[in-house]
Amino acid sequence: MSTATFNRLTPYLFLAPAVVIMALALLYPLGYMIYGSFRAWDPSQALGESTFVGLANYVTLWNDPSFHESAGVTLKFAASVVSVEMFIGVGLALLLDRNIRGMSVLRTLFILPMMIAPVVVGLIWRYMYHPSVGIFNNTLKSLGFESIDWLGQHALLAVILADIWQWTPFIFILSLAALQSLPRSALEAARIDGATAWQQIIHIKLPLMMPVLIVTGLLRLIDAFKVLEVILVMTEGGPGLSTEILALRISRTATEFRELGVAAAMSNYLLMMLLVLTVIMLAYNRVQEYRAARAIRIIEEDI
Amino acid sequence: MPKIKLENLTKRYGKVEVLHGINLEMEDAEFTVLVGPSGCGKSTTLRMIAGLESVTDGEIYIDGRPVSKLEPKERDLAMVFQDYALYPHMNVAKNMSFALRLQKRPKKEINQKVGDVAEMLGLTNFLHRKPAELSGGQRQRVAMGRALTRDSSTFLFDEPLSNLDAKLRTQMRAELALMRQRVHKNMIYVTHDQIEAMTLADRIVVMHAGIVQQQGTPEELFKKPINKFVAGFLGTPPMNFLEATIKQEGDGTYLLGRSFKLRCDVATTNRLSQASSSSIVMGIRPSDLLFDASAVAEESIEVDVVVSEYVGAQSVLIGDCSGEKVMVEIKSDSPIRLGEKLKFRVDLAETHFFDVSSEQAIG
Repeated sequence: MSTATFNRLTPYLFLAPAVVIMALALLYPLGYMIYGSFRAWDPSQALGESTFVGLANYVTLWNDPSFHESAGVTLKFAASVVSVEMFIGVGLALLLDRNIRGMSVLRTLFILPMMIAPVVVGLIWRYMYHPSVGIFNNTLKSLGFESIDWLGQHALLAVILADIWQWTPFIFILSLAALQSLPRSALEAARIDGATAWQQIIHIKLPLMMPVLIVTGLLRLIDAFKVLEVILVMTEGGPGLSTEILALRISRTATEFRELGVAAAMSNYLLMMLLVLTVIMLAYNRVQEYRAARAIRIIEEDI
Repeated sequence: MPKIKLENLTKRYGKVEVLHGINLEMEDAEFTVLVGPSGCGKSTTLRMIAGLESVTDGEIYIDGRPVSKLEPKERDLAMVFQDYALYPHMNVAKNMSFALRLQKRPKKEINQKVGDVAEMLGLTNFLHRKPAELSGGQRQRVAMGRALTRDSSTFLFDEPLSNLDAKLRTQMRAELALMRQRVHKNMIYVTHDQIEAMTLADRIVVMHAGIVQQQGTPEELFKKPINKFVAGFLGTPPMNFLEATIKQEGDGTYLLGRSFKLRCDVATTNRLSQASSSSIVMGIRPSDLLFDASAVAEESIEVDVVVSEYVGAQSVLIGDCSGEKVMVEIKSDSPIRLGEKLKFRVDLAETHFFDVSSEQAIG
């Protein structure tokens, strides 16, 4: 082998270990799942022993009202948590983007919830929601109000609140970082141009933060679609199917109903949904890059 | 149109005082340039006038009204920033009309205003472009346009040309001078570039170490600098400084340097009589040293030419006069070779004298 060929191959040689690990850890399970989704597959069988059923699993799911309900719950959950988290997170960032004493401590406190393991978050909130000993109902009672059946009648609201508590900080720190990287002089120019604090937010800060906010929102949305542990610990999807998000239904289909093929097909539906979101995110980035490139081209054409 | 008055303006960051009681008065429709080396407090002064920095002590009066506690928007100012500070997400027209749109002025009036200013600055074809799609000079013009559209009584400029390349800077400087003739408003301009200061200003304020050193017309400051700092700061190439001692010999007064002995005429003798000590610093502008091979020793100094900087019709010689650096401006066709020892006649009437310790001008 000549030196030139060897040199050309060197980068691939260095990449090879990573590629092997990716293939084993990522692509193999993915392929396994896609393959399995076309088969009637019972956990007692090896995948090879199962029968090929074509798209039957997908069709069954397409017509299954429980799956629809589950998908609906997931959409409702994801849409509400992400919109509320964006609202509070960005709002907090706008409020706390200033230099006053103790601000760094406050900021650290705000991002603590994100660092707690989801299972622990689920447990904490389950106890807080407890009908008789939970702090919420105790407080309500001591104030003379009726107690609320948090994890019963209002289960979806309850898990949404817990998720907002845990993940608002994610939006908060990213928005804060975006805010602090805004061009200071443009904000000063806005002050001189006569913009009030509110007008600065509406006309300057938010539009300039938008690229970060869009990506942050999409990341959060992708995450919210896959949520499992907190809900599993708090409600196990109940009562009824009221909090049974897709990830939970997939896990139950596989373990309780012992229908691995259907569970795999369901995972694929979820995967497709997330792929759409990811593609939107990447497309958005491409648009931004394209705009930047076009701006440079226009200047060069002028010269 | 308002007068602007700074009264004992002071700025402290924690315990560090960066501005030590600035007193200034700017007349109506005057172009005032604050000039000084970086860190002299000129930008801080401007930002305090704008309302972007708080005032630690003292007061700013605009038309007799104290404004130091007011928000920027209540001061009726427009400002051009060093990095242009354009709103990246708005096109040129939107950038220029932002203030008017906030004031909810009628659309027709806004379009009219933006159109007029764009025409004046040659931006008409770029109104729909975003700042990222403009070159440096165009962005600079938009920043200027944004200030002009506002109709404010006072314009503040914070080193507006320092981000441009040399050629563009000269061009924009000329455009600024032109704009200055058309727009009769108060203008306060901050720069570290003394050429900008000299060419644009009605009044120059030279600042150093948080203190106003001297203010006046460019000519006043150039001809009668109050101290060594101002003398050395204004003018390119900068003034030469040579140490000398005043000495009486018989009925004549002499200036004794390391390698020269200059005989003083009556006027110079009178000026030097005001010196508090016999050791002084002579300040001679490079253009006031005249190349004269036949000059007599008592009227000239000798310089070893080390470097010759050719700049076209003129050349700048950098030389050594017994350990002191001397720069001379000279016609490029003068027959001069490097390493030569040359004689330059000193015109004492154009020479400045400074006290050694206080650095104040003498006479």
